[in-house]
Amino acid sequence: MLSLTHFLVLGAIMFSIAMAGIFINRKNVLILLMCVELMLLAVNINFIAFSHYLGDSAGQVFVFFILTVAAAEAAIGLAILVVLFRNKRTINVEELDSLKG
Amino acid sequence: METFVFYIFSAFMVLSALMVISVNNPVKAAFFLVLSFFASAAIWLLLEAEFLAIILVIVYVGAVMVLFLFVVMMLDINMVQIKKGFVNNLPLAVAVAIAMFATIFFVVGGESFSQSVFTIPDRHGADYSNVAELGKVLYSDYVYSFEIAAVILLVGIIAAISLTLRRRPNTRHQKIEDQIAVKSKDRLQVVKVDAQPRKYEPAKEEQK
Repeated sequence: MLSLTHFLVLGAIMFSIAMAGIFINRKNVLILLMCVELMLLAVNINFIAFSHYLGDSAGQVFVFFILTVAAAEAAIGLAILVVLFRNKRTINVEELDSLKG
Repeated sequence: METFVFYIFSAFMVLSALMVISVNNPVKAAFFLVLSFFASAAIWLLLEAEFLAIILVIVYVGAVMVLFLFVVMMLDINMVQIKKGFVNNLPLAVAVAIAMFATIFFVVGGESFSQSVFTIPDRHGADYSNVAELGKVLYSDYVYSFEIAAVILLVGIIAAISLTLRRRPNTRHQKIEDQIAVKSKDRLQVVKVDAQPRKYEPAKEEQK
């Protein structure tokens, strides 16, 4: 039978993969945004698993809000990306160094 | 049976997530992300979160991923240049991912979240509605948060439009404020013309 541990470990695996993706794809901002989406998905799995096993629907409400904020974030992030590409002609992270950080 | 379904969809989800971070074509990455979201929706169905599962498919697969694909195809990316540097960061990425997973597994992997502590809840009957339950909570306890979420979406719309709106100087576009403020005098000019009788001159050569 499935225990809570199964779902928490699945969430941990997804989060680690997304983390590795952010380290690997230093050249492409688009894939970095996708990795952020994967991270949010991993967090949502944890929320829903706890909501089910504790019998409390507050966890699902939180997932609802996370989905809302993630949708807004994806829209604004992609808009920034389009403006960035229009000005710089690149989406390579290492070339975006105008702030000299 | 449930365990079988769980492992099948978990395998789909993890493999497609691995493909997302490893393929170098962003279009393929977006499609694998779609697959990952589908598998995740199936896992949420196992956890009796039917509303959120279908919302994940509609909002993410239907809207956000299409947005990603639009942006991927609008940008003219040089793939060869992006491919470089993948191998350099790979050992660091694997090390960080393993360390991350090990620390989380140290917390969640033991007995603290096992069946003896969190007992498996009974399945709800066929008359149970996840949408109704979520709606009751959402519109009573969390109604202010719900409205804030609506405002966040509005801010997202305005920000995305105002960021990407581009006014080219040499294109002709409508000036709506001028159109509204126009008076009838600006459009129609009445000219006084003196009335003069026109002289009738018959063609003489044709009469002959």
